[in-house]
Amino acid sequence: MTLHRPARTLTFALTLLLATSPALAAWDIAQLMTELARNQGGRALFTEKKYIALLDKPVISSGEMRYVAPDYLEKRTLKPRAETMILDRDQISLERGKQKFTLRLREQPEVLAFVASIRGTLSGDRAALEQNYALFLSGNRDNWTLNLSPSNPRIAELVTRITIGGSRQQVRSVEYLQADGDRAVMSIEPDDAR
Amino acid sequence: MMRLPARPVLLWLLGLALCAGIALRAHYTADMSAFLPRSPTPAQQLLVDQLTEGVLSRLLLVGIEGASPEARADLSRQLAKRLEEGGLFLSVRNGDAATLARDRELLFTHRYLLSPAVSPGRFTTEGLHDAVEASIDLLASPAGMVLKGLLRHDPTGEMMELIGSLDTSGSPASQHGVWASRDGRRAILMLQTRASGSDTDAQAAAITRIRDDFSALARQAGHPEARLLVSGAAVFAVNSRSAIESEAVRLTTLSTAAVISLLLLVYRSFTAVLLGLLPVASGALAGIAAVALGFGGVHGLTIGFGTTLIGEAVDYTIYYFVQSDGKDEGSWMERFWPTIRLGVLTSIFGFASLLFSGFPGLAQLGLYSIAGLITAATVTRFVLPHLRPAGFRIRDIAPVGRALSHFWNQLSRGRLVIPVLAIAAVVILVTHRDHLWSASLSGLSPVSAADQALDQSLRADLGAPDLRYLVVLKAADREAALRTAEAVGQRLDALVKEGALGGFETPARFLPSIATQTARQQSLPERSELARRLEAALVGLPLRASKLDAFLDDVEAARRQPLLTPEALKHTTLALAVDSLLLERPQGWTVLLPLRAPAGDTPLDPARIQAALAGSDALFVDIFGESNRLYQTYLDEAILLSLAGILAIVVLMAVALRQPARLLRVMIPVVAAELLVMAGLALGGQALTLLHLVGMLLIVAVGTNYALFFDRADSNPGDDPRTLASLLLANLATVIGFGALAFSPVPVLKAIGITVGPGAVLTLMLSAMLVRRPPR
Repeated sequence: MTLHRPARTLTFALTLLLATSPALAAWDIAQLMTELARNQGGRALFTEKKYIALLDKPVISSGEMRYVAPDYLEKRTLKPRAETMILDRDQISLERGKQKFTLRLREQPEVLAFVASIRGTLSGDRAALEQNYALFLSGNRDNWTLNLSPSNPRIAELVTRITIGGSRQQVRSVEYLQADGDRAVMSIEPDDAR
Repeated sequence: MMRLPARPVLLWLLGLALCAGIALRAHYTADMSAFLPRSPTPAQQLLVDQLTEGVLSRLLLVGIEGASPEARADLSRQLAKRLEEGGLFLSVRNGDAATLARDRELLFTHRYLLSPAVSPGRFTTEGLHDAVEASIDLLASPAGMVLKGLLRHDPTGEMMELIGSLDTSGSPASQHGVWASRDGRRAILMLQTRASGSDTDAQAAAITRIRDDFSALARQAGHPEARLLVSGAAVFAVNSRSAIESEAVRLTTLSTAAVISLLLLVYRSFTAVLLGLLPVASGALAGIAAVALGFGGVHGLTIGFGTTLIGEAVDYTIYYFVQSDGKDEGSWMERFWPTIRLGVLTSIFGFASLLFSGFPGLAQLGLYSIAGLITAATVTRFVLPHLRPAGFRIRDIAPVGRALSHFWNQLSRGRLVIPVLAIAAVVILVTHRDHLWSASLSGLSPVSAADQALDQSLRADLGAPDLRYLVVLKAADREAALRTAEAVGQRLDALVKEGALGGFETPARFLPSIATQTARQQSLPERSELARRLEAALVGLPLRASKLDAFLDDVEAARRQPLLTPEALKHTTLALAVDSLLLERPQGWTVLLPLRAPAGDTPLDPARIQAALAGSDALFVDIFGESNRLYQTYLDEAILLSLAGILAIVVLMAVALRQPARLLRVMIPVVAAELLVMAGLALGGQALTLLHLVGMLLIVAVGTNYALFFDRADSNPGDDPRTLASLLLANLATVIGFGALAFSPVPVLKAIGITVGPGAVLTLMLSAMLVRRPPR
């Protein structure tokens, strides 16, 4: 239970960061993946809204992210409370105040499936993505939407759909629809200035 | 007149029967605790407790290798189930989901009694507001999403407080739902035996049960390729006991057989051999009886030491038979007995120093040897003459002595070699002085390197805590112990906040004192009051009180909930955490608080911990430092005692021999032999331990006998073929007795063997070199 959320969040985050290479004329999944595979990493600012049925208002958090190809991702939340999550190869660690949790992915097959999707997207590895998700690309090059629909039932118990929206090589939003109807929407702004 | 000669024999038989009775009823042990101190400091007592009775001594680590990961996980589950039903184990853990679920369930239902955040302030309007706001903030975090499902029941986040206080970074890895090694090649279980660590028989039974159950399960499941690994203090104890036992029996048999063959070869008389062994056997029996009476139990090593006694005690009868042969018995008594008596006295003085050792094991060796030697000498002197059949003769071995006497007399020409060798030995010892002594107890440990490596690897797999630094508390009862733990915990919390401490474990985390639980329970408002405050507290927050009925229900239930008891923790992993840190001792309760060094490279600063604990009765212990200090203390003590023993021997001989020149002639060969043996061991890369020191003492004890014979004023053994032959024979018997030990894989026995064997030969040769040449 614990880890699906972080993993989901990561999926979004990562997916967003990927699209930095120029789009090519014929816009299809293969083209998108090819561009993603060229991504060597970068920084971005994010804002995330979580819509939770129990609460009257969404929970809003924001911060910055950093990706280094092929398997390092750092999500540094600044508001409302400082927190850092790092996905490094086989390990996810979460640091909040003095507390630090570390998880090895090998021990958690379901988390591993999420991470595989993240890595698959980041590295443009379509085969890895399609192990756990069905991919649907819609829209055009300037306004595209990639839907990841879980084909693995254990993931489907938690996530109904992952939607990544972007313009050309630029990811604009990631939406994460949970099986219980709650959803998280993250918008991302590349921070090339740094 | 017939009664008189029989009286010593009767007394002897009576004594034998008595000793046999005592020896048969004696309690035999083989654990290494005999080599732990008798009157320790509190810190050392803790160490000894942990080694003999503590949870660590009951902990068994089990690994399953081979087969597929799924098969290993299955076997782990089945083995855990079967062992749990078997009743030999207090706890069986393999990290399965059911246990983890039980843990979570227990924490959740008792969260208001366990959470350190629960206080009257927590349930005021402001307190509730802050707590709920923090929980909502947490929802923004990926980690906080765990709590989404809990929010209705636990809007103040008590569960998160509890989970946050658990240190998960060191927990074992998991594979297919059970604990596994980091590399994923083993399934891991952690067992705690019901029997205490010092009950080696019960531990052996528990280990056998694990092996039997596993092989049955593996066969049933069709995984014959699956292998079982078991490690832990109990495995060490059981293995070393059987190693020591089988070694003691094997070596005793071997050296006895060799000595008997030698004597048969020389004496050519069964009667003589039989008579010759009577004093030895009597001595061994008396030694065991004396130790049983003096210590209430006999260590297996002491028995193993019996072989070495053969080496010395058999000499007496050799002297008696060979030297008195063909001569008037009375003249032997007159001529040789004083020399032998002085030799026996010397040995006794040497061993007496061991009696004062703080190590019960060494003291046992001392008592055993003293009782054994006195008995053997007395039996030789007073009983053997009565048992000797009329017309008893052994083969005359004077020709052997004659054949060698030329060579022997030549030896004295080489006497100048002695100072050269001695100086060389001293130089070697000085250059090796830093590595001369083994720095830790492990030099004494009979645990094989392979066993130790397996243990380390299983421990690493489990992420077993580093128990180097501990804070130790004492209290009269459990409640007092837990309250003290809570009070000291507050001091340690301050250190954690300052960053001087990474963290610490305490039994009060999962089992707070009754006082603390009651206080927490009483800080929970009753339902209508809580509902009123909650309504006010949620103003400005995106959460409606109407959605939190489950919270009101749970708090109301917690107000009436029975307090958490040790019994309630049973069947959860939390019980192990509490049981291993909260110990009931005959003299009261002991609490252990293992400390974790701060993160990063900052070492733990003992001075800061001690400063923080000042004024409390808490004791800070560095186990690693303590055990090394312990060993150093006893090594120093043993060196001091050995020197005192040697000094006593010198004084004794000075009094007996009266002339400084004679004293020198007796002592020089012994001292030179000691130096040469030590130098030889140092060159061979052997780090010296306590047992080498015992060997040194034995060289003095045995060696002075030879030296005394060569010193005898009235004859030079080189010129008396019979005496020379008896000395050679005695020396050979000694070398066989101790030499056999040198080949033992048990370090303690080996240490004595490789010291005394060469030492005995060297002393004899050096004594011969220094012999006084009668003026021609």
